[in-house]
Amino acid sequence: MSEKYIKPSRDTAARMLDGEMVVISVRDSTVYSLNLTATAIWNGADGYTSLREIVSQKVVPEFEVDANVAYQDALDLVAELEREGILLVADHPISEEGI
Amino acid sequence: MLDPSGGCTHAIAIVIGGLPIVVRCSNPAFIQMLAHRYAGFVSSSIDGSIQLEIDIGDAVPIALGTDAALEVHRINGRWIMQRGDFRAEWDPVARCGRVRQGLQPYAIDGVLRIIHSLELAKSGGFLMHSASVVRNGRAFLFGGISGAGKTTIARLAPPDVTILTDEISYVRRNGEGYNAFGTPFAGELGIAGEPIAAPIAALYLLAKGIDNRTCLMAPGLAASRLLRNILFFAQDDDLVKKLFDTACEFISRVPVYELTFRPDAEVWSLIQ
Repeated sequence: MSEKYIKPSRDTAARMLDGEMVVISVRDSTVYSLNLTATAIWNGADGYTSLREIVSQKVVPEFEVDANVAYQDALDLVAELEREGILLVADHPISEEGI
Repeated sequence: MLDPSGGCTHAIAIVIGGLPIVVRCSNPAFIQMLAHRYAGFVSSSIDGSIQLEIDIGDAVPIALGTDAALEVHRINGRWIMQRGDFRAEWDPVARCGRVRQGLQPYAIDGVLRIIHSLELAKSGGFLMHSASVVRNGRAFLFGGISGAGKTTIARLAPPDVTILTDEISYVRRNGEGYNAFGTPFAGELGIAGEPIAAPIAALYLLAKGIDNRTCLMAPGLAASRLLRNILFFAQDDDLVKKLFDTACEFISRVPVYELTFRPDAEVWSLIQ
């Protein structure tokens, strides 16, 4: 199974508010609120750390969940955020310039 | 660069949110009309850092009126604004601009709102679709789109409440908090607000219901609802990001509630 790499789209701005990550899509001004696990994944989305590593380092220990279940949930989440246009997802590390 | 005086012989300074905008025009009837419309917000001094020259002309397609779509975009650092009843240019660095419009007040009213919103955005403030009032030295905002109840809540206000506006609130950063200023931008109430300011104690986002209650909103939802009510006229990525930061900053400093209310004066017992 190939690794996934994630990075916030350039068309976004994000801000932590009271423990909740709030993200805006600059393209249509839609605002998204991320829950705690989604916030942990967003915070790890540097383009270089694989999604599997992000889940094992930031989600599994923090939320005490099964690693495989957490990874499957993370795949669903990043696919949804990619569809919304706020997260870049690739099978290879993502540079500063994007995919 | 735009010429700030342009040979216009008549002038008036309209002061909203502590920011004077000097409007110059060769037509004395126009200046007189503004003096009447913005009474309470007019300064006796025509000194001001922002200068607008008005060119009253018949060439503007006034028939399209204020319902025509507003277009605001930036070209070479200068803002170009166009609606059915006016065309304007605004240079935010030179802080001067020119408006071509007919002999009516609605066009300049729109231009003033746009310039104030652009100027406020620089300093972390904003204009917002909301009524605002002062009670016991503290300001309260009541936000919502048209029909949400802004004018209704203002109409129901008891005598100890001072109305700042029933339509467009003026919010400016002040140290660790925010101040609300009175504006002449009236809604269905049809009267200008009082030209005073007070620190903002709370923002209520309005919802009509069968009883009166408040509920503190989660930050993400509050940010989304606040941004929907902030006036921003230009689809400019940097401006959207700046306003998002501003909205988040505001929410981290001012409590935001959903206020469900029925249209009777009892609701004011919740606003203290």
